[in-house]
Amino acid sequence: MTDKQRDVLLSIQDLHVWFELRRFGFGHAGYVKAVDGVTFDLHYGETIAIVGESGCGKSSLMKTILGLNKPTRGAIKFENLDVGTPEGEALRQYRAKIGYVQQDPFGALAPFMNVQRILEEPLIINGVKDPVERERRVRKVMEEVKLTPVDDFLHKFPHMLSGGQQQRVVIARAIILEPKLVVADEPVSMLDASVRVEILKLLRGLQEKYKLAVIYITHDLSTVRYFSERVFVMYAGNVVEKAPVGSLVHNPKHPYTVALKDATADPDANNALTYRELPPGEPPSLVKPPPGCRFHPRCPRRIENLCEVEEPYDIQADDHLVACWLYK
Amino acid sequence: MSALIKSTRDLLRYPSAIIGLLSIGALLAISAYALVTIPYSEATRLWRGGEDVWYQNPKYAPPAWMNFFSNEKQPVSFAVSSKEGGGMTKTVTVGEQNTSTILITYSFDYAYDKFPQELILYFKSSFQDKLPFVSVAWITPSGERIRIADLAVDRTQTFRISQDQKLQKRLKTEDVLPALFVEPKSESASPVKGTYQIEISAVTFEPDADVDVEFVMHGTLYGPAGTDQYRRDLMLPLLWGTPIALAFGLLAALGTSLLTMIIAAIGSWYGGWIDELIQRITEINLVLPFLAILIMVGTFYSRSIWVILGVTVLLSIFSGQIKTYRAVFMQSKVSPYIEAARAYGTTDRRIIFSYLIPRMIPLLIPALVSSVPTFVFLEASLAVLGLGDPVLPTWGKVIENAFADGALYRGLYYWVLEPAVLLMLTGLGFAMLGFALDRIFNPRLRDI
Amino acid sequence: MFQNNNLLRIEDLVLHFGTTRGAVQAVDKVNFDLDSNHAVVVLGESGCGKSSLAKAILRLLPRNVVSYSGHVYLDGNDIMQLDEEEFRQNIRWASISMVPQAAMNALNPVIRVGDQVAEPAIVHLGVSKNDAVALVKKMFQHVGVPEDFITRYPFELSGGMRQRVAIAMALVTSPNLIILDEPTSALDVLTQASIFNVLKRLKSELGISFILITHDIATSSELADRVAVMYAGQIVEVSDAHRFFAEPLHPYSRMLMASVPRLRADTEPEFIIGQPPSLLNPPKGCRFADRCPRRFEKCSEEPPVANVDGIKVKCWLYTS
Repeated sequence: MTDKQRDVLLSIQDLHVWFELRRFGFGHAGYVKAVDGVTFDLHYGETIAIVGESGCGKSSLMKTILGLNKPTRGAIKFENLDVGTPEGEALRQYRAKIGYVQQDPFGALAPFMNVQRILEEPLIINGVKDPVERERRVRKVMEEVKLTPVDDFLHKFPHMLSGGQQQRVVIARAIILEPKLVVADEPVSMLDASVRVEILKLLRGLQEKYKLAVIYITHDLSTVRYFSERVFVMYAGNVVEKAPVGSLVHNPKHPYTVALKDATADPDANNALTYRELPPGEPPSLVKPPPGCRFHPRCPRRIENLCEVEEPYDIQADDHLVACWLYK
Repeated sequence: MSALIKSTRDLLRYPSAIIGLLSIGALLAISAYALVTIPYSEATRLWRGGEDVWYQNPKYAPPAWMNFFSNEKQPVSFAVSSKEGGGMTKTVTVGEQNTSTILITYSFDYAYDKFPQELILYFKSSFQDKLPFVSVAWITPSGERIRIADLAVDRTQTFRISQDQKLQKRLKTEDVLPALFVEPKSESASPVKGTYQIEISAVTFEPDADVDVEFVMHGTLYGPAGTDQYRRDLMLPLLWGTPIALAFGLLAALGTSLLTMIIAAIGSWYGGWIDELIQRITEINLVLPFLAILIMVGTFYSRSIWVILGVTVLLSIFSGQIKTYRAVFMQSKVSPYIEAARAYGTTDRRIIFSYLIPRMIPLLIPALVSSVPTFVFLEASLAVLGLGDPVLPTWGKVIENAFADGALYRGLYYWVLEPAVLLMLTGLGFAMLGFALDRIFNPRLRDI
Repeated sequence: MFQNNNLLRIEDLVLHFGTTRGAVQAVDKVNFDLDSNHAVVVLGESGCGKSSLAKAILRLLPRNVVSYSGHVYLDGNDIMQLDEEEFRQNIRWASISMVPQAAMNALNPVIRVGDQVAEPAIVHLGVSKNDAVALVKKMFQHVGVPEDFITRYPFELSGGMRQRVAIAMALVTSPNLIILDEPTSALDVLTQASIFNVLKRLKSELGISFILITHDIATSSELADRVAVMYAGQIVEVSDAHRFFAEPLHPYSRMLMASVPRLRADTEPEFIIGQPPSLLNPPKGCRFADRCPRRFEKCSEEPPVANVDGIKVKCWLYTS
C-alpha cells in the first residue's frame, strides 16, 4: 500500500467507547458499547470513509476522535502525542486541531451570529487577537469555500443563506484554523441532490490543495467513491471491513458490505420491477450485542457453530481486511 | 444600526406596541420632569412636610378639575404674595419723619358656587423697634367696602379672617366668610360672583422698615392633583413616584431575569451537583412565603427601597422561571452549533455567555418587559402594607395614606384613583409592549 | 388498455400563499395524471413546491392561502367542487391518504402505536374498537410490522418500524391513492430499501396507487412508473419512468440526473450552478433559463408544453 510511505497522523488502537446506562438516574444497568475495539491508522493527507447505518457507532467514534467523548479503553495518538485522556486546557487545544464539518448545516451555525462572527469565533478562542488579521483570514477562507463576493456574505445570518451556502460556512469554519485533519459527518445528507456534488467537490478540492487528512462519515456508499482512498465499514460497534475504495465498491467481501451495496439504488427504472434482497431484521442492541460475529443473526452465509460462537478478527483477503470467518 | 431601525419598524407594525411605547414614553416623560424640576432633597423635604411647608394648601382638597364634572363650581385654592407679584400690586409712598405708607392690593374673580374654607394673610415685616401698622379692607363686586382689621404686625404674623372675633362682632355673624361673599342685604346662600379686592395698607415708622403679605385662599379644591390629610400636594408623590416605580420595576426585572438566566445556564451546562444544587434551592425557594419574608425584612431590618429591592431580586432569582430557562438550555446544550463550538476549543465560560445565553435573548426580553409591572405592583403593595420606604414619596404611600384616612368612605376617590391610574398605565404599557415583543421574537406566534 | 384506467387527473392546479412580502407561487398551473395502480414520482429540490402540491391535492391548506384553483379529477369527478364536509368524508383519508414528511417522528409519544393506526379507521370508517384492532393487525401484516407491536409506544420502535407504522396509518382506511412525502429521507440505506419493498408489495398486492414526493432521484426509481419533475412551482417534465431514467429531456432533468453519484457506473457527477429562483417573484418566461446551458432568446417567454412521443416537456427546445 502506498500509505506506508506517509507518516501516521492519527493512530487508534483497540478503541472502546462505552456509555454507562443508569436505572432511574442511578444504579448501574449495563453499557452501550458504541465503539467496541476499533483499530486503524490515518496518514497525513489521507482520506478515509467510515460507512455504516445509524447506531453503528460511527458518530461515537468520530466524537471521540474530536475529543468530545472520552474513550473508555484504548489509545488515540495524534501527531505522535497521546491524546486519549487530555483534560482542561490540553483537551481544549487538542480539539482545536481538528476541523469538524457537521451534518445539519443550519443547526451547526449559531442563529444569532453573522457569517463574519461565526468564522471569527475559532480565531478569537485560539488567540488571534488582532481584528484586522482575523478579518483577513476570514476573507481568505471565504474565498477558499467560494462564498464570493465575500462582502455579500460577511454580514448575513445563517437563515438568509441556502443550505449549500450554510454548509460552505461550516466548511470554512472547519478549515480556518488550518487543521491537518477534518472530520466530515454526513456533510451532504441534508442537502439537495444538485448541491451535494458541489459540496463534495469543494471538500475534495480543499483536501487536495492543503493535503488535508479527511475522515468522511456517511451511510451512503454511492458518494464514497468520489471522496476517499480507503473505506471502513462499521456494524454494531465494530469495523467489519477495511479496503481501498474501488475494490470495496466493486468487490465487497463482508456479507454486510454486500448487503449495503445491494440496497443502494442507482437511478434505474428496472429497480421498480423487482424486490430487493435484504438481510432480515435490524441491527442489534449495543447493550447486549450477539456473541461471535455481530452480523450472524442476519447473515445469509453464516457458518453454523462458528459465527455465533467466535468473534472474527481482521482477516486479509486480497487488499481487504475483513472481520468474517468466510475468508479464513 | 439598520438592524435597529428594522426592528423598530417591525415593532411599530403592532398597535399594542404603539400603545405600550406611548404609555411608557409618558411615564418616562413624567419621570424626567419630576427629576429635573424637583431635586431629590427637595422632594423628600416636601414629602416629610409639616404645616410650615404646606400652610398654603387646604386639607383633603380634591383636584381642581373636579369642577369639570359638576355644575356646582367649587372654589379652587390660590395663594399670592406681594414679594412675587403675581397680580398683587405693592406701592410704597415715603412720608415725613421716616414714615412710609405701603399699599398692597389684590383683585380676583370669584366665580364659584361655594364659599372658601378660609382666607389667610401671612404678614412678614422688617423693622427695628416700632411695629408697622396695617389696615385690611375687603371690597365686594358691588363696590362695598368692608373693614376687616386694623393691627400692628410683628415680624411674622398670621391673620385668619374667619377666626377674627372682632370681625365676627363687626359683621354680627360667626360665619365671616359667607358674609364677605354675599350682598349684606340679600338672603342668598350662595356667593356673589364677581371681582373682589383685598386692600392692605401699612404704615411703617422706620427708614428701612418694610411689610409684605401673602394672601392665601383655602378653597375646597386644590391644584391638578388635590391634597391629602397633611395638606401635601399630591402632585409631588405622583410625579416622584414615577421614577421610583420605574427604577424599582426595571432594576428588579433586569436583575432577576439576568441572574436567573445566568444561573440556569451555568446549572444546565455543567450539570451534575451544580445543577442539582440549583434545582433544590429553587424548589425550596418556591415554597418559601415571599411576601412574609419581605414583611419581616421590612419590619425588623429596614424599609429602605434598596434593601427591599435587593431582597426581592434575591428571592425572585430562584423562581419557576429557572426551570423554564433550564429546559430550553438543555435543548440548546446538545444542539450542533454548541458541539461545533466545543470542537474548535471554546471554553466553558464563553459557551455559556456567548452561545447559550444569546440564544435566549428572544425569550428573555419579552419576559423581562412583561415582568416590570409585577415588581412595580409589588413595591406599591408593600407600601400599602406599611412597608414602603419611609423617606420617598411613592404611589403606594399615597394609597396607604388614603386607606389609613378612610378616603373611600369619605368620597375622596381622587386620592386612591390617581396613583391607581398611574399603576394601571404602567401595567398596561409594559404588558402591551411585552406582548408585541413576544410576537416579534417568537415568530411562531406571528401572523404570516 | 381497453378501458379508461385513469385514476387521478390534475389540471391547472394553483396554490399561492400570501406573505408580508407578496404571494409565494408554490404550485403554479400544475398538470399531470396518474393511472390506477401506478406510481408517479414528483421529483424536485427543496423549495420547489412539491410538498405544497401534496397539500393542494388533499386540500390541507394553511390559513394564508391567496389563490387556490384548478381541477383535481378523481375517478372522473372533480373533487375541487366538493364542499369541505363532503371532501372530509369522501376524499381525505377515505380515497386519498398521505404519509406526511417526517411522519415517523410525528407519532404521538404517549399513545400506543396500535391505537394511533386505528384512529383513522374509527374516525373515517366508523368501525368498532374491536374490529379496529383486527384491522390494525392486518395492516401491520401488510407493512411488515410484527403483530404484537400494537401495544408498543413509538419510542420503543426503530425508525424503520415507525415509518412502517406511519404507512399503516395511511393504509388503514383502504384508500386508492397514497401520497408519500419524502418517506425515506431520514432512514438508513437498508431500511430505505426495505420500506420500498413494502411499498412495492402494497402496489402489486393491494393495487394501491402512489404519488411519491422526493428529492432523491436514485431511490425514487424504486417505485416509479411515471416521473414528474418540478422546478420553481411548475412541472417541467412528465415522462414514463423507463424513458426518464434512461434519458430525460428537459435540460433541468438532465442536469439533475447528471448530479446523482452512482455506485455502479464510473461517471463523474456534475452539479448545477446557481440557485432556484424565489417563488415570490419568479422570472417571466422559463424559470430555469438563468441556469440553463442551452438557453436562447425564446426562453424569455413562457415555454409551452411540448409532447414528445407522450413525454410532456415544458421547454422551447422541443417545440417544432
